Amino acid sequence: MSEESLTGADLVIKCLIDQDVDVVFGYPGGAVLPIYDSLFKQNHLRHILVRHEQAAVHSAEGYARSTGKVGVVLVTSGPGATNAVTGLTDALMDSIPVVCLTGQVATHLIGNDAFQEADTTGITRPCTKHNYLVKNIADLPRILHEAFYVARSGRPGPVVVDLPKDILMAPGTYNATPKMQHKSYRPQMKGDLKKIEQAIDMIAKARRPIFYTGGGVINSGPKAAQLLAQFVKLTGFPITNTLMGLGAYPASDRQFLGMLGMHGTYEANMSMHASDLLINIGARFDDRVTGRLNAFSPDSKKIHVDIDASSINKNVHVDLGIVGDVAHVLEDMIKVWKARQVRVDQKHLKSWWGQIEEWRKRECLRYAGSDTIIKPQYALERLYALTKDRETIITTEVGQHQMWAAQFMKFEKPNRWLTSGGLGTMGYGLPAAIGAQIAHPDALVIDVAGEASILMNIQEMATACQYRLPVKVFILNNEYMGMVRQWQELLHGGRYSESYSAALPDFVKLADAFGGVGLRATKPSEVDDVIKEMIATPKAVIVDVCVDPKENCFPMIPSGAAHNEMLLGPGDVAKKPISDAGLALV
Amino acid sequence: MSEQKSERHTIAVLVDNEAGILARVTGLFSGRGYNIESLTVAEVDAKQALSRITVVTSGTPMVIEQIKAQMDRLVPVHKTSDLTVEGPHIERELALIKVQGTGEKRVESLRIADIFRAKVVDSTNTSFVFETTGSTAKINAFIKLMEPLGLADVCRTGVVAISRGPAGL
Ligand SMILES: Cc1ncc(C[n+]2csc(CCOP(=O)(O)OP(=O)(O)O)c2C)c(N)n1
Ligand SMILES: [Mg+2]
Repeated sequence: MSEESLTGADLVIKCLIDQDVDVVFGYPGGAVLPIYDSLFKQNHLRHILVRHEQAAVHSAEGYARSTGKVGVVLVTSGPGATNAVTGLTDALMDSIPVVCLTGQVATHLIGNDAFQEADTTGITRPCTKHNYLVKNIADLPRILHEAFYVARSGRPGPVVVDLPKDILMAPGTYNATPKMQHKSYRPQMKGDLKKIEQAIDMIAKARRPIFYTGGGVINSGPKAAQLLAQFVKLTGFPITNTLMGLGAYPASDRQFLGMLGMHGTYEANMSMHASDLLINIGARFDDRVTGRLNAFSPDSKKIHVDIDASSINKNVHVDLGIVGDVAHVLEDMIKVWKARQVRVDQKHLKSWWGQIEEWRKRECLRYAGSDTIIKPQYALERLYALTKDRETIITTEVGQHQMWAAQFMKFEKPNRWLTSGGLGTMGYGLPAAIGAQIAHPDALVIDVAGEASILMNIQEMATACQYRLPVKVFILNNEYMGMVRQWQELLHGGRYSESYSAALPDFVKLADAFGGVGLRATKPSEVDDVIKEMIATPKAVIVDVCVDPKENCFPMIPSGAAHNEMLLGPGDVAKKPISDAGLALV
Repeated sequence: MSEQKSERHTIAVLVDNEAGILARVTGLFSGRGYNIESLTVAEVDAKQALSRITVVTSGTPMVIEQIKAQMDRLVPVHKTSDLTVEGPHIERELALIKVQGTGEKRVESLRIADIFRAKVVDSTNTSFVFETTGSTAKINAFIKLMEPLGLADVCRTGVVAISRGPAGL
């Protein structure tokens, strides 16, 4: 290709290649046909044909979260773009770097209600980190490289580039380089050293400290997780992770208290409540974590490290906010700690740990087992036991199964746990698993699913089969939208309005119909065999695990309650009625 | 958390003058439930294609801090400055005010306009258009006095503001 003969579409491909993109998740249509034509003529980029544009974005998210790279999406104008909106919002809420290229009608038709025209930049403005409409071919290469820069820099997020068809067909020159930054957008990476020293002062004096860390550690990169482990070890303090942060600290370590929040562990939430110093690193005081705000960790001083200044003092007022990248700030914290040879007050730390061990003894994740019916927790315990020695990546859908997966699957390393945390998108897990499997062909990638959620993007079984991706869908089939049923049981007098999963397909036959393999377990004694067979099958598999339809997910902080007002099991429910104020919360 | 009182703040924002920037800013305010009392925008540096937005908003100190931080994280925003907390500053509004009437009322409106140093920029036998600049309070007062005298139409720019002293934004 000589420079002069490049079209806008060729330039798009060239930019992607220069950005080290190896795979694009997409779906064609009239407005992007020129890009598909350019794709056809090259063999650097792999295109994965999804079966729905929402799934294209979730796949790109799965790719991004399991690799740390930017995920790339290509969809057509109008319905292609609007179908992508849920995925974009999901990526925004969970801070996942995605670049989504959308086709657009030709510039002279914009605003005329042309066929498959949608105001894509208008629609996606609130659900992207940034977006662009390319109106001039001369701007195209710069905008594309800028889009990657914006998506991955600072707090990552989705960026849409809307590409009118005439621009894609116009002749242009490659007038930009992949190293381009935005002209003014420069997120602050280094934390203010004075504040870091102040943080160390506070940490040195703490008596009941706890690290509360989140997805920011994972987004910052593997080095951040290493530094976090190093710092946590240096201090000897307890640590809890948010749903988004699981894997940032090894779950098997004694200092790890498990996840916190609505379905977090008793020891994590009680420690948060009793703490005198919260060290929040890369988490955002989300409402699923804090519970009732005016009762949230009432006696603690709070330190908050975040790359996004707007996360600091948004929900919870903190005593010390440090804006910066987690890895940079942790590195400086460790430096200051070592330079000062800080020694923590072992006497107080010992009694703090003594208290925490008491809470731990409650064994809050214990459940009533059964010989006749498969308990969902049991199925996940077995799944964990039989997969933990492999390179395993877990994705989830949304519901009880997601929370049980967070509780029972343990993660030693980052980038192995992909779940829709902020938006809570049913239908996330299967396409995310596909994206992760594309990036890690040899890994065991399992979508822990619910029978309701899986139907939201079940068509992606075709994608998995087309590309021979051996993803596993592990359905905890309770024949209910279990999480909805649980809330109806606890909050709405057991009136199970529309939460029964009626007319379910036969998932074994369904897998077969797509060209995959279907397996089923109905008794506890079958669980291990089915999991082993699933692992041994080198194809896409759906496992229909028929579990107890009545099981509820505990522990639980009911909405409107505080961390020390957890429901530990069915027995607690009657004793602690939920307030009217709590009822109004989501 | 102690109950916080709502405060009025004037915020200046320097942004790239690009398509959709105003929608981005106003969308941020509506999407997050912040108030806009007034908002003005115009290009201030053609060479660098920069526009300056002045927004008057109200909220608790925590909300005001959020507004500033949320604006700062918009990619095309170069700088956000809360003029209200950053020290003394000047606020001005321009208003065009049409008053209809004849006889005694017409004369009275002219007299008041004189006191307020409003200029007559259009006149017919039965109407005036006054132009006046000043603080929001002054313009409010002027409009109030015009009400009984045949106030027919009001148009205001909203607040523009700049800090006192030598330092720029
Ligand atoms: C797209 C979407 N629609 C609705 C919801 C609300 N919702 C949350 S959990 C849930 C039920 C999920 O049922 P299932 O997938 O069977 O999981 P279970 O809770 O039974 O494990 C629903 C409807 C949602 N999170 N996402
Ligand atoms: Mg279910």
